[in-house]
Amino acid sequence: MVGIVSYGFYLPKYRIKIEEIAHQWGKNPKEIKQSLLIEEKTVSSFDEDSLTMAYESSSMALSHFDDELSKIKIVFFGSETPVYAVNPTSTILAEFLGIEKNYLALDHQFACKAATGAMMSALGLIKSGFSDYALVCASDKATAKTHDALEYTAASGAVSLILGKKDVLLEVVDFTTYSSDTPDFWRREGIRFPSHGGRFTGKPSYFAHIIGASKKLLEKNKITVKDFNYGVFHMPNGKFPQEVAKILGFSLDQIKDGLVVSFLGNSYTASALMGLMAILDKAKAGDLIFFASYGSGAGSDVFIFKVTQEIEKKRQNFSMILKNKKYIDYSTYLKFMKII
Amino acid sequence: MISVIGFYQTKFGELWEKSLFDLVKETISSILKENQLSIEEIDAIFFGNMLSGVLENNLHSAAKIAEIIKKNIPIFRIESACASGGVAFYLAKQYLEANSNKTVLVIGAEKMTDFSPEEITQALAGAASGDEQEVGLTFPGAYALMSNFYLKEYGYSEENLAYVAVKNHFHGSLNKKAHFQKKITLNDVLKSTYVAYPIKVLDSSPISDGAAGLILTNDRDLIKKAKNQVKVLASEMATDSISLMERERIDEIKTTKIAAKKAFSSAKVDQKDIQVAEIHDCFTIAEILAMEDLGFWRKGEGGKRVKDQETMLGNGGKLIINSSGGLKAAGHPVGATGVKQIGEIYLQLTNQADNRQVKNAHYGLTHNVGGSGGTAVVTILAS
Repeated sequence: MVGIVSYGFYLPKYRIKIEEIAHQWGKNPKEIKQSLLIEEKTVSSFDEDSLTMAYESSSMALSHFDDELSKIKIVFFGSETPVYAVNPTSTILAEFLGIEKNYLALDHQFACKAATGAMMSALGLIKSGFSDYALVCASDKATAKTHDALEYTAASGAVSLILGKKDVLLEVVDFTTYSSDTPDFWRREGIRFPSHGGRFTGKPSYFAHIIGASKKLLEKNKITVKDFNYGVFHMPNGKFPQEVAKILGFSLDQIKDGLVVSFLGNSYTASALMGLMAILDKAKAGDLIFFASYGSGAGSDVFIFKVTQEIEKKRQNFSMILKNKKYIDYSTYLKFMKII
Repeated sequence: MISVIGFYQTKFGELWEKSLFDLVKETISSILKENQLSIEEIDAIFFGNMLSGVLENNLHSAAKIAEIIKKNIPIFRIESACASGGVAFYLAKQYLEANSNKTVLVIGAEKMTDFSPEEITQALAGAASGDEQEVGLTFPGAYALMSNFYLKEYGYSEENLAYVAVKNHFHGSLNKKAHFQKKITLNDVLKSTYVAYPIKVLDSSPISDGAAGLILTNDRDLIKKAKNQVKVLASEMATDSISLMERERIDEIKTTKIAAKKAFSSAKVDQKDIQVAEIHDCFTIAEILAMEDLGFWRKGEGGKRVKDQETMLGNGGKLIINSSGGLKAAGHPVGATGVKQIGEIYLQLTNQADNRQVKNAHYGLTHNVGGSGGTAVVTILAS
């Protein structure tokens, strides 16, 4: 059995409300909230970045890791906002965590699915015997141009997973992926903020890829959506995951616990995984979880997870951390995001 | 007599999987196939397109069309902002008046949704006065100025404008080729986000992809053989100052008045003869001003008349406006719009308009505007 052995997450304490952003631009916050189904988002502080947040989430994951650090021979870091354009974040992270030098370090890039793609690579390397464990991190301090639609959703956060064969709390039953050249969201070299194709990010991009990957995995495993206790879908906003879930046949009950975007925003690579973290607060042994990430450009990685008894020993408290929050105003937000 | 003997329209909307020339190719091959004609029978092509030079650096589109059809006939690309399609038709008619026994295609096409709102807004603003662009006036801004003046001068409110959008969306809901096929309420329009006060999102036509084509001929044998044909009684065009500030009045479009006067005169019909018309409703105010400038309504009474919804299908009115959904709901791929308008009237006058058919329609009119009124083309057709 391969799967997730331990997990950790990090949420910055700062939040900004949709009203606060909307008022700056003379927009009606009610309309924006109705259209994006989002109330507020996380903001990392001026002294936080994707590396510091990955360190925090990884430290939490390691707090429930009982084996020797030297057995982690894989450190993968997925992000859209790495601290360097050239110079790996994965090595800095490993160094900070005290992981020994005999490891494979790689930074992964594929928009919001960089880390789930890294999970697939890591699972293959574990199965092949290359390493007993792998640390996979998803971390973003997501930026958006001011007055762009993305400004209401782009958030900060990190999730770290230790993958392995021993004492697995989430068994990876199966996974698949689905990709195509669909340029719906991008950031060119030297350009500070991402661009996007507006409505093109929907039907031919997010929906086509998640549905493509999901149907493939469900058919392959001869399993229906009704067999799942939970469903989690990448959350660029609150609307898309609900729509895609409905198209695939998931009920609101199955997805509601993972719909964290409405109060956390979209932390890009960590977004879908953050929904999984929320579900693990409640999940019981035997529960089946359907998980779909999405990365612009574009692709979707989908997994079927099965919860084991180990969850009871390693369960973290996601809902408790959510309570530690402080609201900031728009100018503080700009300062924290280093826009001013 | 010059007659329209065929029409084809692609779906209008967000056609992300198709390029500009995919749309042109689809239109040419479909219109020829549906009308059992071969490309060998086409003597020239008039192509209405505004933006491909600005957005895609594709300026020599006549040669690109020659590559598609694999023929070496004269092909003309006509750019006249949002009136590119209407002007292409006007010039095609002139060509036929100068040449007997000829058959031409009038194609209009535009590819807009692959570009960011900023790129499209800037490209469209290229059809406005340079002086006004420099001070930041966009097309929504120009029509907002006209709206504000009109509403204040004649004592109307934003609600009067909104009735245009409600009507045209109702008509769009009956048109399978329309960009938007959804009915909207007055409240939907009034609650939509402001673009440039008092113009809101639902007062505005959308950015669309699409193409349309017409077969126009003066070949008597072809006209005789055609399953459906309508006569072109008149197609007239006028131009005026590109700048709003140089215009004599801001509550009327002079080019519309001139082109309409000439068209009614040469067609030898008057406003009362028209049962169906496609009017250039890029913004809701534009339809109201056009109804007055075309002489259907008196100056200043448009706000009231539109509220009565007498030009909406099913209300028993004698004149139905924008049965296709207009630019507002059917969509506004700018170069295609003027061609689609004539195509809609062709469908209406030949009883091919399905569930949006206007009963006993014998005379129809189209009105296509470039920019904020710098160009206007008025065409009158008869069954």
